[in-house]
This record gives sequence, C-alpha cells and structure tokens, in this order.
Amino acid sequence: MEQGSLRSSRQCGRSGREPPVCATDNRTFFALRIEELADRLYGVALRFTRNRAAAEDLVSETVVKAWAHLPQLEDRTCFEKWIFRILANTFFSQCRHRREETLAAEEDEDGFSLFDRLHQPFLLWWGNPEQELINKLLCEDLDRALGALPDCYRAVVVSVDLLGHSYAEVAGMLGVPVGTVRSRLNRARSQLQRALWQQAQAAGLVRGSLDEGDAHD
Amino acid sequence: MTEQERIHCDEVVASLLEYLDGELDDARRARIEDHLAECRGCFSRAEFERALRRRLQALATEPPPDSLKRRLKAILDEF
Ligand SMILES: [Zn+2]
Repeated sequence: MEQGSLRSSRQCGRSGREPPVCATDNRTFFALRIEELADRLYGVALRFTRNRAAAEDLVSETVVKAWAHLPQLEDRTCFEKWIFRILANTFFSQCRHRREETLAAEEDEDGFSLFDRLHQPFLLWWGNPEQELINKLLCEDLDRALGALPDCYRAVVVSVDLLGHSYAEVAGMLGVPVGTVRSRLNRARSQLQRALWQQAQAAGLVRGSLDEGDAHD
Repeated sequence: MTEQERIHCDEVVASLLEYLDGELDDARRARIEDHLAECRGCFSRAEFERALRRRLQALATEPPPDSLKRRLKAILDEF
C-alpha cells in the first residue's frame, strides 16, 4: 500500500505533462510542515529512544509513513497532532517486541513528590522554594531524569507530558487498559521527581541530608 | 457549596495530576477548581506541577543533526 501510493504520487509530480495541482500542493505542504516540525520530531524521537541514531531512524520512518497516509488525513490543521501520533505508534510498535522488559519495570514506586520535599520543615528557604528549584533546574537535569526512567515509563511521560496525548490515546497505542497507563504515569512521575530531587541535592541546590532525601518519607 | 460537596486537600492532591492532564469529568474538575481558588497550599502545588511540566515540555525540541536533515531531504525528494 505504501509502495503503491509512493509510486503514484511520484509519477504525478514528475511526468512530462503538467502535474495535477493537488499533487504539487500535497508535496509542498508536506515538505513545509516537515521542515517546520523537524525540531520537535527529532526532539520527541530522541526522548523516546534515548539514542541519536535510533531517533533519526524513527523520524525517517515516521515521515515515510506520514506521506503514504497523507490522503487519509482529512483535516490538515490536525497535521501536527497526526504525525506525532504516527511517531508514537511507530515507537510503541518497536517496544511491543520487548514485552519482558516492560513487565520487569512494573515495580513499586511510592508517590514521591518534589513539592512535598521542598516543604519539609527542616529545609530553610528564602522566598519561594518551588520557583527557585524550577529556575535552577537545567535542561540537562530534566533530560537525565527522564532518560533514567525505564522505557515503558518514559514512553507514557513523553506521550502525555510532551505530546499531550490523552490516557485513552496512549492506551490504544500501547494496547493496554487505561488504568495501566494511569498507574505507569503515576509511577513514572514519582520516579522522575525522585531523580530530580536526588540530582538537586547532589548539585547543592537543596539543603537537607541525603538520607532524608532517599528512601523513606 | 454545601459541606458535602466540598473536597479536602488530600483528595485534590490525589487527583491533581489527572486534573492537569485534562482527564477528569466536568463535575470533578469543577470541584478541584473551586478548591484551588480557595486553598493556597493546593494552588501552589498545582502551579509547581504546571511549571515542572513546562520545563519538561522544552525537551520536546532539539535541533536535528545535519545527517538527519540530509536524510529527510533525500526522502522528500523521492516523493
Ligand atoms: Zn487544599
């Protein structure tokens, strides 16, 4: 199917006669949108895969698929949402082959909250502790904390927090119940905030003993 | 609002991320919003989670390397 539509559109655009207007428009529209979205396609692919070569492959595969399915996109104002769904689906379909890893990662993770940590009575702050921490966190800190999550947790955080997908959309793409998405997301965010807290402590951004920051509440 | 409809901080904390994800039905969302309008602690918590998410969302953008740009150009030229 994909081969067929690729070939026919190429013939449309490159035949000696005047190409059909719609085909030219399609290609121009598509190339323009890809160019506009390249930063985000690559950024999201990189957060999904944590690997530059794999991210390039994922973006390339997504672009080829999107072009093949473009005639099925009825409302072009939805292009961005649509192509990121293709990207997520493509990534998830690769993940589904590695189910064991997914299951192994479903361990307990309590509801760790950075906000609660910042409001522990032994921490001395001037001003607004949350705002200070948010301002001091580097992109690298966030990237490292996100990258440290198990694949199945990172996938839901990227889908929901970065792409704005609903739980139901993610559940559909992953082929799991909505409740599973919700619980993975809760664990993922808890683990993410714990990692950020530990990094903030290691960097001296927050005072408070390392013991306190670690295991127990 | 009657006492029965009023919700407590722990209920807001438990539902806050789902609220921010836009996953609550209208009635529950309205109850959370009423609470946030009155409770400084929960309001600050919601603001913090929103701010953290905005920082995280910045990770969705990364300049593509030249190798990918060339590859995309080659793919688009094929179409
Ligand atoms: Zn409250």
